[in-house]
Amino acid sequence: MKLQKSEGRYAAALISPALIVVFGIIVAPILATLVYSVVNNNMLSSQYGQFMGLHFYIKALTSGDFWPDLGRTLYYTIFSTVIETFGGLLIALLLNEKFPGVKFLRGIIIIPWAIPTVVNGSLWKLIFNGEYGVLNAILTKLHLFATYQSWLGDPKTAMNVVIAADAWKMTPLAVIFFLAALQGFDRATYEAAMVDGASVFRRFFSLTLPNLKPTILIIVVMRTVEKFKAFDIFYLMTRGGPADATKTLMYDTYLEAFTNLNYSDAATYAYLIALIVALLTLLYVNIMKRGDEE
Amino acid sequence: MTERRLKPHMSRSKRNQRIVEYIFGVILAIGVLAPVLWMFLTSIMYPKDLTAKPLSLIPSSVTFSRYAEVFSSTSASDSGYIFRAAMKNSLIIAVFVTLLSLVIGTLAAYAFARLRFRGRGVLMLLILFTYMLPPAALVIPLYRIYNSLGLLDKKWPMVILYLSFIIPFIIWVMQGFFGSISKSYEEAAQIDGATRFQTLLYIFFPIARPGAIATGILAFLMSWDEFFYSLIFTTQNAKTIPVAIAEFNGKFTIDYGMISVAGILGSLIPVLITLIFQKYIVMGMTAGGVKE
Repeated sequence: MKLQKSEGRYAAALISPALIVVFGIIVAPILATLVYSVVNNNMLSSQYGQFMGLHFYIKALTSGDFWPDLGRTLYYTIFSTVIETFGGLLIALLLNEKFPGVKFLRGIIIIPWAIPTVVNGSLWKLIFNGEYGVLNAILTKLHLFATYQSWLGDPKTAMNVVIAADAWKMTPLAVIFFLAALQGFDRATYEAAMVDGASVFRRFFSLTLPNLKPTILIIVVMRTVEKFKAFDIFYLMTRGGPADATKTLMYDTYLEAFTNLNYSDAATYAYLIALIVALLTLLYVNIMKRGDEE
Repeated sequence: MTERRLKPHMSRSKRNQRIVEYIFGVILAIGVLAPVLWMFLTSIMYPKDLTAKPLSLIPSSVTFSRYAEVFSSTSASDSGYIFRAAMKNSLIIAVFVTLLSLVIGTLAAYAFARLRFRGRGVLMLLILFTYMLPPAALVIPLYRIYNSLGLLDKKWPMVILYLSFIIPFIIWVMQGFFGSISKSYEEAAQIDGATRFQTLLYIFFPIARPGAIATGILAFLMSWDEFFYSLIFTTQNAKTIPVAIAEFNGKFTIDYGMISVAGILGSLIPVLITLIFQKYIVMGMTAGGVKE
């Protein structure tokens, strides 16, 4: 009993510096943001300072841009997560094989991931540039397109360009996770299946895929949270445009706060995003726990 | 009989598989390297070649003058000068963030992984949520607080700001590492009469060093990559590389060459670190997500 009490004190001593720094910074702002979402803090509003109750939440959920923003956020989140998970799995399966040069590929695959997000955005903006971009040059040279396309200037293609840019940088992360999982597998089971004459596909669907299930779940949930919060790449490549085609929840929150000075609307959006992220975090923790028990 | 029929068949399918692997391997290598090479090429091409139509993929002549400008420019309004200052700021902030968050985060992670105390589960969940929390939920009041205290556009307040999400990340990853380390050495040390803190310092830390290196590198990369806070809280004196690059992109007369120089130089440190410490990084990334 006494020992446990002193263990608690020891733990408190070790943890408190972290808690003081982290919660010292975030507690006041997170509460203030909550206050902003119920007390009018829109800098240019005539009702500034008035208590509004749930007004801003009702406003966000019933009118305005929230649902279209959420739709675009989901489009971006779902497509980029699916591409990265699926692409990452295929590449990992390739890199898990033994052939000359595979070590080189395993070495370079991490490079896109290491490139800063903002550099990645500017790199793909350069490549997709409508006037001087190298992609347009190649496509017209190959006669796939007769004229230069304004990839980022067209509301129909802009979001997909951002997704492509993001997939280039983040697929390697999934590759690394899958490779680590694949290399942890028991080779003997596979060899036994091969001797039994199981085809490549059969081996994949009845052995590899079930074994990878925990990894897939973790990648999907982890990436979903990150995509949901994505801001940098949109700021760099499209700034929410053209014609709002890439305006996600996070980007709109930024616009409301720092362009329109509607702090209350921004705070309400931020809380709604935080709520969704919290739910995803709980899902993530539950998956991890289940993975531990297995 | 069957053996003779099977062998050539297997080798043919093996050969086919090899060919498929090669084709995809080459595509993958091009897909990974070509965009980076193009950025490098853009950084050394002359402006007239960059805006030429049709664009020539192999320029007739190249110049390294933009790189020279970054390292030699003395006028505070030059892109080169701005970029060099931003690089220095990023480096200073990332180094301090890494060192401080490692010390503070490791101690807490040890407690979470090894000690039993009340509220452990709830606290861990709170820490994880803090890491996942969208910065938008904090940024408006934080901006007002920083503004009223005169902390905007200074380096050390940025360090503290970054600690608020990098420490939770370190705790989360490290406690995964620590949980997988055997307790037997610590128990032996305690039987030999070492105090708990001695055990932590002389027995546990040396064993945990690879995990600390891995997490430290990830913390450095996170700090180097951070954009949102830096965009809002800095204007000149504490401006980091990502913000400088975003500014180059936003200008009316876009200088593609200089943007590419900034991109190449801004990537140099993280890419080199990643390639050199690849093993550690893979270990750190997978420890944070997949517990073994």
